[in-house]
Amino acid sequence: MGSLFAFTLLGLFTGAAYAIVASGLVLTYATTRVFNIAHGAFGMVLAFTFWDFTQRQGLPTLLSLFLVLGVVAPAIGWFIQRFVTRGLGEGPVSVALVVTVGLLVGLIGVAQYIWPPEPRVLLPFYAETGWKLGDTYITAHQVVTIICSIVVAGGLYVLLNRTRTGTAMRASVDNPELLRLFGGKPDTVAAIAWAIGMSLAALGGILLTPAVGLDYYALTLLVINAYAAAMLGRLKSLPLTFAGAMGLGILEAWAVAYLPTDGFWSTIRPVIPALFLFAVVVAMPQTQLRIGQVKGIVAAPVPNLRKSLGSGAVLLGFAFLLIAVVSRADVLLIGIAATYAMVMLSLVLLTGYGGHVSLAQFTFAGVGALAYAKLDQPNLVGLALSALVAAGVGALVALPVLRLTGLYLALSTMAFAVLMDKMIFQADYAFKFNGTLATERLSILGVQIGSDTSYVWFMVLAFVVMGLFLLWLRRGPLGRILIASRDSPSGCGTLGLDLRWFRVGLFSLSAGMAGVAGALFAGLRGTVGAADFLYFQSLLVLLLAVVFGVTSVTGALLGGTALMLLPVWQSSSPELAGLLFAVLGFGAVLLGRDPNGIANHLFRLGRLGSSRVLPGWEAKLRERMEGLLKPSRPEPAHSIDTVIETMIDEPKGVA
Amino acid sequence: MALLEVDDVVVKFGGVTAVNRATFTADSGQITGLIGPNGAGKTTCFNVITGLQKPTSGRVRYRDRDVTRWPVHKRAKHGIGRTFQRLEAFGSLTVRDNVRVARDIRGGPLAWARTAVPAARATSKGNLEIDILLDRVGIREYADERADAIPTGTARLLELARALACDPHLLLLDEPSSGLDETETDAFGELLKDLARQGVAILMVEHDMDLVMAVCDDIHVLDFGQIIASGPPAAIRNDPAVQRAYLGYADGDDHTAELDLTAIVEPEVQS
Repeated sequence: MGSLFAFTLLGLFTGAAYAIVASGLVLTYATTRVFNIAHGAFGMVLAFTFWDFTQRQGLPTLLSLFLVLGVVAPAIGWFIQRFVTRGLGEGPVSVALVVTVGLLVGLIGVAQYIWPPEPRVLLPFYAETGWKLGDTYITAHQVVTIICSIVVAGGLYVLLNRTRTGTAMRASVDNPELLRLFGGKPDTVAAIAWAIGMSLAALGGILLTPAVGLDYYALTLLVINAYAAAMLGRLKSLPLTFAGAMGLGILEAWAVAYLPTDGFWSTIRPVIPALFLFAVVVAMPQTQLRIGQVKGIVAAPVPNLRKSLGSGAVLLGFAFLLIAVVSRADVLLIGIAATYAMVMLSLVLLTGYGGHVSLAQFTFAGVGALAYAKLDQPNLVGLALSALVAAGVGALVALPVLRLTGLYLALSTMAFAVLMDKMIFQADYAFKFNGTLATERLSILGVQIGSDTSYVWFMVLAFVVMGLFLLWLRRGPLGRILIASRDSPSGCGTLGLDLRWFRVGLFSLSAGMAGVAGALFAGLRGTVGAADFLYFQSLLVLLLAVVFGVTSVTGALLGGTALMLLPVWQSSSPELAGLLFAVLGFGAVLLGRDPNGIANHLFRLGRLGSSRVLPGWEAKLRERMEGLLKPSRPEPAHSIDTVIETMIDEPKGVA
Repeated sequence: MALLEVDDVVVKFGGVTAVNRATFTADSGQITGLIGPNGAGKTTCFNVITGLQKPTSGRVRYRDRDVTRWPVHKRAKHGIGRTFQRLEAFGSLTVRDNVRVARDIRGGPLAWARTAVPAARATSKGNLEIDILLDRVGIREYADERADAIPTGTARLLELARALACDPHLLLLDEPSSGLDETETDAFGELLKDLARQGVAILMVEHDMDLVMAVCDDIHVLDFGQIIASGPPAAIRNDPAVQRAYLGYADGDDHTAELDLTAIVEPEVQS
């Protein structure tokens, strides 16, 4: 069994590097309650920095390592904690997630801008050195990795158990407020934790780069490996995290050793972290409901029926004119914008109203498209079935996480998106590797909507219908319960709402809506393939939805249009492609704290304008809306978010 | 058999024993007080009874059934309602909608579908019932305010109205009178007695000793997670152990809970 020993050993080496990354993730999450989805992305940028220092600047390896781990990484960690993630831990989970997803996208953009795509190699440490152990060859790099992980484990143990800072960190996990009362400094503790966490991300990234490659995306995805490992310790226990990392490393090594190298089994290897994650999540015990109102939540503006019908009609008319005027290529772009806008509508339901985050929303659109193509029923029945399939898959994703809290659901969706992207969509029964499926356009009552112009207009119509459906839902009992379950899960639970199944239902409905968008998109394009539904696209959908306003239908419309324009701008000036990602990502970091987004500012602007220009009309409108929205408040809110709240309860015009 | 029986319940948070072998009951038509210094484990007891906190050991029996392993919502469906010490109102909904949500949840998905039809939605019947409820707890004038914009005392009454909308058999009130002035507290006491007369079992954590002594039929005193005394108000008032632990050394005049001798902070409930 020499080879079993050899591969297990190999797995331990990889696992040791995962453990380093994962322990950084646990450290930052446990002390500040902010799950850093960009953890891998920071490791990626810092690995590139290390490459820059050693290869481009020609600095000695040890000096570069010291600079990256001891200076750059802690400085970034300190900066991020101070100016970006501070205070996020107490707010809604969705805000923290969106901000760190913004960091992730922004960092990829920065990396692409500073280090444009070209082949780069980061050699292992002491590349020439190695030893034979029986029939196994051990490289010096592997030994270095193991030593590093032992040093990290020991260092963290000493830090947490033998120093004042460590004691304060552990106290901060339980109750930062109490720590402050007893003279501790939770902010300092948090900054130190982030500084160390960043160094660990850098070290793990650098150690893994020779194996993974100096790749923007592959290194960024290490966060899933780290998360999967950390889940074994419930994002709290470092020893269990190390165990999880080693287990994951060994599983991967065994997969290389024993699984066939062709066909279905060959595609499993890249998704082992995701599968490992789902297995751990399913085995997790039930978590208790969060007690304590979620603070800093904003309310979604809701227009009345007449106003939404009117806005929808205006949009349809405008789309009709626009489609008639622009060129054929631009007509297709309008269709793509409608697709994105519909996917963002599904996020309005899930995130804007429900307070849950999905990092796989465009993947659900992909499921819908796949179902539509495979069913080969280009009619309303096929469309409905595609939506049902997507909704079913959505329920399947939410089910394992049934017993856990929202954070775990969101993180699992990212693992799911990667799983679909790297395995399922590329499988022979789906789109096939590098393949596409042909699709036909929809027929209604036997009449095919054949021409581009009519089909795109039909997509806009679908968006309008979906938007009206959403607003109808929001105005009714289900909408109220949605808002209530977001404001206080414990309150809902003690009134008799089974939040687990409610969440599964919500997630499923949202996935179904995305599925409709995907099916219509498939009809628009004529051919669809796995490349149309990369996991990264879901992150962009989420970010733009939040930036433009994930609480309103108007926000979805604007966000969809912007996401359609993004690649258009990027292809018109490719050298700025990375920069655009950076702007988008960091823009989301700035705007992510207010999910009402740009749309809300437009509403305010519009209101301001109309009150100047049409005071009489405004007064009439106010009168009409009086019954729906509450009148002005006698006193300012007790909440800290007075500014945000005063922005909310004004009547707005939403499509 | 009492309606609610808490039997030998222990809750440990790491090294801290928040509730230590607590055993007490609450019965229909009675107002039962659960008092004790800060950190005595009162809210933790409530969380165990409603299912928000799993006990380390011990049982909770409700209507002769062991509900220890029941999830939160199932207990609520069977008539256990509560209010919270730290408010759990739905901040971004109006006061009226807070109560309406409670009714919606109680009605289940079928009722959602029915009331989702615009014509049936704003029917006066539903609105009327909600307004009667708001009137009953005395917060009708706030009906159209956002719940996070009303005073704390009012929000506690809102939580009460919300719980009442589910027609509970057992009502747990966690410091319901804090934030109310004297007149409001008196009215509140009358409301509690009224509810008890209708057969509701009320279990109340309260620091206002005048209120507790005035309305409770039975009182349990918790200290360091243990029940140190049980009995009617008169007996509790004169119990030396209670005076020592809670009211201050034999200072019969000072009935308020302001003398916080232990100054232990309530352990954070793990989320």
